[in-house]
Amino acid sequence: MASEEAKETLKVVEKEKKKIKPEEKSVDPATIQMLYKAQQDGVETIFDRAETMKPCNIGIQGTCCKMCAQGPCRLPLTKKDMEGKDTRMGLCGATPETIAARNFARMIAAGAAAHSDHGRGVAEVFLAASRKESEDYKIKDENKLKEIAGDFGVSTTVLVDGEEKDRDIYDIAVEVGEKILGEWGKQEGEIYYAKRAPKARYELWKKLDVIPRGIDREIVEIMHRTHMGVDQDYENLMKQGSRAALADGWAGSMMATDMQDVLFGTPYPIHGEINLGVLKKDHVNIIVHGHEPLLSEMIVVASQDPEMLQYAATKGAKGIVLAGMCCTANEILVRHGMPIAGNYLQQELALITGAVDAMVVDVQCIMENLANIAQCYHTKLITTNTRCKIASGDTIHIQFDEHHALEDAKRIVKTAIDNFPNRKAEVLIPKEKEMMVVGFSYEAINYHLGGTFRGSYTPLNDNIINGRIRGIGGVVGCNNARTMHDSAHLIVVKELLKNDVIVLTTGCNAMACGKAGLLTPEAARIYCGPGLAEVCETVGIPPVLHMGSCVDNSRILMAATEVVKAGGLGNDISDLPAAGCAPEWMSEKAISIGQYFVASGVYTLFGVNLQVEGSPVFKDYLFNGMEKVFGGKWDLVEDPYEMARKMIAHIDAKRKALGIDKARERVLMDMADRQKLEAA
Amino acid sequence: MSKLVAFAAIQGAYNIVSKAEGTLKKAMDKYGPDQKIEFPNTAYYLPIIYSILGIPVKTLGDARKPMEAARKLLPAHVKNMHHLPYLGPLLDAGMSALFAEEVAEAIRYLEDPDFYLVSEDIDETSGKIWLGAAEDTVFRKRGVEFVDGTAPGFAAIVGAAPDPETAKWIAEEYQKKNLYVFMCANQNGTTFSEQLLEAGVQIGWNTRLVPFGPDISAAVFALGFANRAAMAFGGIKPGDYKKMLIYNKERIFAFVNALGEVNAEWAANAAGCVNWGFPTIADTDIPEILPTGVCTYEHVVANVPHREMPQRSIEIRGLKVTVANVDIPLAYGPAFEGERVRKDDLYLEMGGGRTQAVELCSMADMKEIEDGQIEVIGPDIKDIKKGDRLPLGIFVQVAGRQMQEDFEPILERQIHHLINYAQGVMHIGQRDIAWIRVGEQAVNKGFTLRDIGVILHAKLHQDFGAILDKVQVTLYTKKEDVDKLTATARENYKKRDARVEQMTDEGVETYYSCTLCQSFAPNHVCMVSPERTGLCGAYNWMDCKASYEINPTGPNQPVEKGECIDPKLGQWKGVNDFIYKASRQNVTHYNFYSLVHDPMTTCGCCECIAAVISACNGVMTVGRDYTGETPTGMKFTTLAGVMGGGASSPGFVGHSKYNICQRKFISGDGGLLRMVWMPKGLKEELREGLLRRGEELGCPDLIDRIADETVGVTEDEILPFLKEKDHPALKMDPIIG
Repeated sequence: MASEEAKETLKVVEKEKKKIKPEEKSVDPATIQMLYKAQQDGVETIFDRAETMKPCNIGIQGTCCKMCAQGPCRLPLTKKDMEGKDTRMGLCGATPETIAARNFARMIAAGAAAHSDHGRGVAEVFLAASRKESEDYKIKDENKLKEIAGDFGVSTTVLVDGEEKDRDIYDIAVEVGEKILGEWGKQEGEIYYAKRAPKARYELWKKLDVIPRGIDREIVEIMHRTHMGVDQDYENLMKQGSRAALADGWAGSMMATDMQDVLFGTPYPIHGEINLGVLKKDHVNIIVHGHEPLLSEMIVVASQDPEMLQYAATKGAKGIVLAGMCCTANEILVRHGMPIAGNYLQQELALITGAVDAMVVDVQCIMENLANIAQCYHTKLITTNTRCKIASGDTIHIQFDEHHALEDAKRIVKTAIDNFPNRKAEVLIPKEKEMMVVGFSYEAINYHLGGTFRGSYTPLNDNIINGRIRGIGGVVGCNNARTMHDSAHLIVVKELLKNDVIVLTTGCNAMACGKAGLLTPEAARIYCGPGLAEVCETVGIPPVLHMGSCVDNSRILMAATEVVKAGGLGNDISDLPAAGCAPEWMSEKAISIGQYFVASGVYTLFGVNLQVEGSPVFKDYLFNGMEKVFGGKWDLVEDPYEMARKMIAHIDAKRKALGIDKARERVLMDMADRQKLEAA
Repeated sequence: MSKLVAFAAIQGAYNIVSKAEGTLKKAMDKYGPDQKIEFPNTAYYLPIIYSILGIPVKTLGDARKPMEAARKLLPAHVKNMHHLPYLGPLLDAGMSALFAEEVAEAIRYLEDPDFYLVSEDIDETSGKIWLGAAEDTVFRKRGVEFVDGTAPGFAAIVGAAPDPETAKWIAEEYQKKNLYVFMCANQNGTTFSEQLLEAGVQIGWNTRLVPFGPDISAAVFALGFANRAAMAFGGIKPGDYKKMLIYNKERIFAFVNALGEVNAEWAANAAGCVNWGFPTIADTDIPEILPTGVCTYEHVVANVPHREMPQRSIEIRGLKVTVANVDIPLAYGPAFEGERVRKDDLYLEMGGGRTQAVELCSMADMKEIEDGQIEVIGPDIKDIKKGDRLPLGIFVQVAGRQMQEDFEPILERQIHHLINYAQGVMHIGQRDIAWIRVGEQAVNKGFTLRDIGVILHAKLHQDFGAILDKVQVTLYTKKEDVDKLTATARENYKKRDARVEQMTDEGVETYYSCTLCQSFAPNHVCMVSPERTGLCGAYNWMDCKASYEINPTGPNQPVEKGECIDPKLGQWKGVNDFIYKASRQNVTHYNFYSLVHDPMTTCGCCECIAAVISACNGVMTVGRDYTGETPTGMKFTTLAGVMGGGASSPGFVGHSKYNICQRKFISGDGGLLRMVWMPKGLKEELREGLLRRGEELGCPDLIDRIADETVGVTEDEILPFLKEKDHPALKMDPIIG
């Protein structure tokens, strides 16, 4: 029983409120079951509030300007504006497109800031580890470090008495780490990783003058330009938006991914389990939630510590379950196979099982309501990052410091164990859990397409060219309480698979796919068209490749780049038969991701809504004009079937442009053909 | 289903690696880690391990490292449900099996030295039919065929056909398609090689049907051969596994035919082959892997009927074979070139000392001859009985608007291999010392002497159609006619030789390039001048000229030599410009007449390699048929390894045998008088030329002052001899500096 006091806090007056029908809210049985339990326990969740509280009518159009105290100026689009000349303007004269573009650019700034500040945190830990200031973090993937070193122009060898020798790995790491950390504060020049992009893409960026100088600078510049009375040209605003987004995708996020790989290991295919069923009634259940692997990596260690296990036993627990939520979950899943309790919209529901002894959060996508729900049960909600504290409820803060990381982690685990005996009677854990095969870094894909000796993207390209695989779909993004949980994710993915489009996934979409069994090799036979099924069977992969957290969308950029480099599919990402989408997006990070994909040449479709409907001019620029600039563009499609259809149509158009829309004759080589071969 | 293949292959690899680990351990206990192991008379150590991992295995102890690598490569077993991806692990498992097998085979050479016959041919009478690793002389000779395209690739046949007749049919199909057949493994004790013997087919390197060994592990000899070719001719560096394997995928057209039940160890080997881009085509119902990518097309194709197997296999590998269509009752192709007609099968013999046989090709006026007219004047096969002899005169007359007298010897030289390509007919020698044997089997199939004319008419048109329009062949088998033709021929030979002899580099403005080997050595460009014949020994200036006339866009291009940059060392601006371009900017220049200063590059298929012997102030040269040590401290194969692949290596140069007695031979470094050491065999072969050149150089007994292996194979051993003989090199300016 949830405490009477907590119920009061939630102000649930059941009689007055319309009860939601759980079956209409999610396609996931575990979620539905927990929503019923919530109703039974009298606990309100985001699902309930989505029913009673509608989004702001004008805000949703993107044309509410609150950049100065003369407003907010609200410029909703009316029928009149659509027919005659659009004369709407704010007090200062700002047009709907200026307002919408400023709001959009600020979303990019926030999203890029979130990812990149995550990256900065990793960089600090990385440097601490490199300088051996922390005993708990080590350089784990030396090969990857050496590769990155190349990108930053850091030498991996040293001359000793005139002889070239391998350089100490920690020396390399310090120099790389310093260069990386410098990327945030750099004021001029170019971010190092811009050159990782296909040559044609890099040249285009250079021509367009959108290569980011430094991460922080581009974000700050958005904030400046969107201040009252500065940039009032929507194309120019989006130029800066693109710069900041590229600073996210090709710097902040990409460096975060790379440093995490160096510190914790580059993901390779591994088994994992997902859904609330991974929690165990007789175990201490700890959920790590948020986005960073820094702390959770240490909690993984702490939760397996014999001393901790013994301590748990003294409290009557049979063991410790450490499960993740959101992208923290993805991080420890793809590296250690740690189980996932669920995606974004399941965070409250995990607590409603009554079995979670501690939920440990770091940053991003953490609902404040968790604090309220934790009060209804026995769960300790623990914040750990100075950037993310929660005033509501009885939230505890245990500051995590990389210099004594394991010690902090143990303290957190101990707190959870101590809380185990406080469980109340009504523990109910859904049975649902699914097996997954996850961990497809672009390096792992490379390996699995040819092994140690022949690893390359050529087989992927080959099978795209020969039509077994129609194209590549990136399906990513959040959950959104305004839509049926996981439904659009799964419809889009299944439609793509049916049409032989291989799916790369990250974030909450990956988890939706996991729960639906799409991340198993067996799914290929069930869901895919014959061509894709055959390729999956040959390589032994699931048809949906889980590439990691939302910061790891940078891995998709790199995979796309590898595909371009493997040849036969054009010279640039924009030539590829590929498209990306976020059917259930909700966070500003998604907008930043969307923009960096568009600016990298990808047709990017969002579901739910995009807050641009109030300005047809700006919307047209995003949906059409940008394609002329970047070769990629935005689109908004609410219906997931239609979304998949448009992605496939785009893929087909690209196939046609590449001349691979028709079957090809087998080329038989004779001696003369061999003599014409390029140098080996 | 690929999963089953992966499951089996990974299982097989575990077995193979475990067995090899046991074998190695036992051998170590018995012989100790310092015991030498090798594939006899080969360079590149254990070639798969060396080329892929860059580890030279010389001793049992050295074998530990690759075995550790093999063990580490073994992936987890494939689970039934929710398995992890297996394609990459499967290929790794295959590779690890091959490392292990290569070690095991090397230990077999140690434990059972007579198991394999170190030879080009089998010894059927003593039952030694397994040839194992090709020795370097064989490898060099055969490897060149892969380079020049005479052999586009090989079929690795694993197991056995259902019966000897099927085996024979398959083997002959591949022979007709010019492919090598590399055979290993057995099906319940039956081997494809033994089936061929039973069906009366000659096997061995000479007929391109190579019995490597009776076990699956002998597959390493086929893959090792491919990798040796890539290192020797393609210039791929040991350890550069990616380049090595892609090179094989793109340039060596090989595949596996699995005949009979495929067990786990076969599956592991097949998976290993996929790393090379070599697919498996099987006659049984095994799971197929059709999507492309690692191989050019399909990876595993099953259930192929035997009668379709050769054709399907080459299509799956992406190979186009142009088969010569010659209207004779015998199978015809280069694979039959090395086949012999043995005494007990001999039906008719012509030439070879007992009777006179002569061949002459001469240019005729267009009106004078009739194309396709083939006449046998005198008795033919039908007029004789088994064991008879006949004299023979082959008179080929050709006419054409592009024909020149200079092409006569080139066309005439074709007669040897063109006749030899016919199954059951053997041709040896040339000019007035020709020797032809016709086997009983060929006669039974309906062969007549007229067919020699048919062959020459058809093939000369096919290969030289660009320069000739008419070919008429007359075959004389009466003694008086043959004697008459012999006299005419001898006059002709004399005139021709004099003409060639008089040609000089100064006398022409155009040299010819040769990039024939670029299919293998992409950066290598040969340059051929009248006094610097092609280093492979196959092409002189006149050949190149003819080749250009025949195929104006082909590998031999005229190069205006242009301004002379260095007359002594032999360097020209026009030549430099050409090689810079044709070597894809890898070579900027080289000298024709020097091995000390920026010598000409070699692809690795040179007949001889000359090297500086600084202690003797001279040079030595060694031909590829000499397998012993030389005063450089290196055998021919090691030397070739040092300098192959299209790089200019000061101190070393590749050249033809013929070039040694040409006037410009290393003239920039002092010429032939620098020659201080040659193998005895080579000296004898060139005796006449060496005597003549010695005379010209004022040192008539030069040949006797040149040391050979009977004197010694180190600098220290030969120096006293040179001093005693007062070798001219000792008094020359220092060769270096």
